[in-house]
Amino acid sequence: MPEPILVIDNVSKVYPGRRGMFGRSAEVQALKGISIAVDRGESFGLVGESGSGKTTLTRSILHLEQPTSGRILFEGRDLATLSGAELRRLRARVQIVFQDPYASLNPRMTVQDIVTEPMVVHQDVLGLGGRQRTERAAELLSLVGLGPQHLRRYPHEFSGGQRQRICIARALASGPELLLLDEPTSALDVSVQAQVLNLLCDLQDRLGLTYFFISHDLAVVRYLCSRVALIYRGELVEEGETGRIFDAPETEYAQMLIGAMPEVSVPR
Amino acid sequence: MTDLAHEPAPAAESGGSDRLRRALFRFRQSRLSVIGAVIVGIVLFFTIFGTFLAPYPDQVAGAVDTAARFQPPSAAHPFGTNELGQDVLSLVMAGTTVSVLAGFGVVLIGTVIGTLVGAVAGFAGGWTDEALMRFTDLTLTIPSLILAMAIAAALGPGFVNMVIAISLSWWPGYARLVRGEVLAAREETYVTAARAIGASPRRILFRHILPNVVSPIIVKMSLDMGFAILTVAGLGFIGIGVRPPTPEWGTLLSLSRSYMPDYWWTAMAPGMAMFLAVFGFNLLGDGLRDVLDPKARR
Repeated sequence: MPEPILVIDNVSKVYPGRRGMFGRSAEVQALKGISIAVDRGESFGLVGESGSGKTTLTRSILHLEQPTSGRILFEGRDLATLSGAELRRLRARVQIVFQDPYASLNPRMTVQDIVTEPMVVHQDVLGLGGRQRTERAAELLSLVGLGPQHLRRYPHEFSGGQRQRICIARALASGPELLLLDEPTSALDVSVQAQVLNLLCDLQDRLGLTYFFISHDLAVVRYLCSRVALIYRGELVEEGETGRIFDAPETEYAQMLIGAMPEVSVPR
Repeated sequence: MTDLAHEPAPAAESGGSDRLRRALFRFRQSRLSVIGAVIVGIVLFFTIFGTFLAPYPDQVAGAVDTAARFQPPSAAHPFGTNELGQDVLSLVMAGTTVSVLAGFGVVLIGTVIGTLVGAVAGFAGGWTDEALMRFTDLTLTIPSLILAMAIAAALGPGFVNMVIAISLSWWPGYARLVRGEVLAAREETYVTAARAIGASPRRILFRHILPNVVSPIIVKMSLDMGFAILTVAGLGFIGIGVRPPTPEWGTLLSLSRSYMPDYWWTAMAPGMAMFLAVFGFNLLGDGLRDVLDPKARR
């Protein structure tokens, strides 16, 4: 069996309580000993309700936050042991698409500046000159279903779905292997959701990406992911093949969650 | 799914100019801000050309005409003459240059220092923030005119020293404003995205955070211009600023103070000029705030 691209090994995160005038407030345990392995090329779904620790886990994978204990390994290498330069190189290979496409694009930058920024930052790895960057930006835009005519525009001129496409183009700009998708469709209209999901499936086929898909929308996870993990209050509740989890959930929480899914009967 | 690419977007190629047009429209909605802009335009015009347009240029340079002392306003001297027989209108016109440039210099230097201090404090956080902001608070507690007097006394009077002296007590307001704005902008998702990309802290600060906090800074600069001009005139009034014969509004006012009730016109013109400049810059600042910072609108 090939080595998993991402291993989350017994990771815990504790936010210390704030020291106030009247003593300490209680500490928050955001993650409690989570262990997950994501294989190269698969779509791994992480499902949990609000406050279950999904965002903390993504921030830890991006190394924007250090876990209190446990290790996160990318291709077998512990993130915590990487030097500054190695970490920067790693950031080119792990990218993220955020939930809110309205907040995740800098309103003062043109689409061209936004999409080429990762190439500028990772100049040493990618080695692209100014013109090549523009060409690649145009290429990326057409890959996500936009066109070179959009390069000179600003984010406020786009709809939510188009903005999310720009975010995806930016995430792909540095040529990543692992894409964290932090509820990429939950801020969009249902019809646009489907378009963006199709785009993501399409991109995975073409570029061989690995997806770490975070969502609380079970239908979306079922559609996109081959394996699923459920977390509840920072603890891993159940993990397994998508089909198995949805057809025969083992734990009570999983049964409750899947039982609460709205049924849509398909006429035959 | 590709049909999205060809969807006709509004304001096709003219995104930038369209926004400018909309901003201009919003600015013109308020008559007061347009009046402010016009006054500021006139003041800036005299800042540049006042010295050359003055009807008695030799008197601006220091020539006196004692035969014509204290003449009341007339066709030859619309604002009368002063105790040395100099044309008050000429002096006030030429004085615009010094007063407005000094005010502008003060605001500019204050903005640069304050923005740097505030941005670093808000962005770095921790003890850097603590140290910088406590230092800012300390500067705020010192009365600005007294500090300026002390500095001017130490460095000696003169235009540049006066500007430096006032600037050194001017920046804390900007530091606090910018720190607050940076603290808010730092938590934006696009900043997290830039961090995830691997952008350096300097890049994040100058490319992602500062461009998004310029609007309140520009508004404060415009509102501050009036007060800066007043402070400069105040220093001139107590005799630390520019020395006569270089005409400056505060100095002119201070000289005419002793002849006040009888020869009122000597104080009238510089006083009105100051009033107009301060009034204009404040109206313009209010208008700019409406355009750039819609959240703060009444």
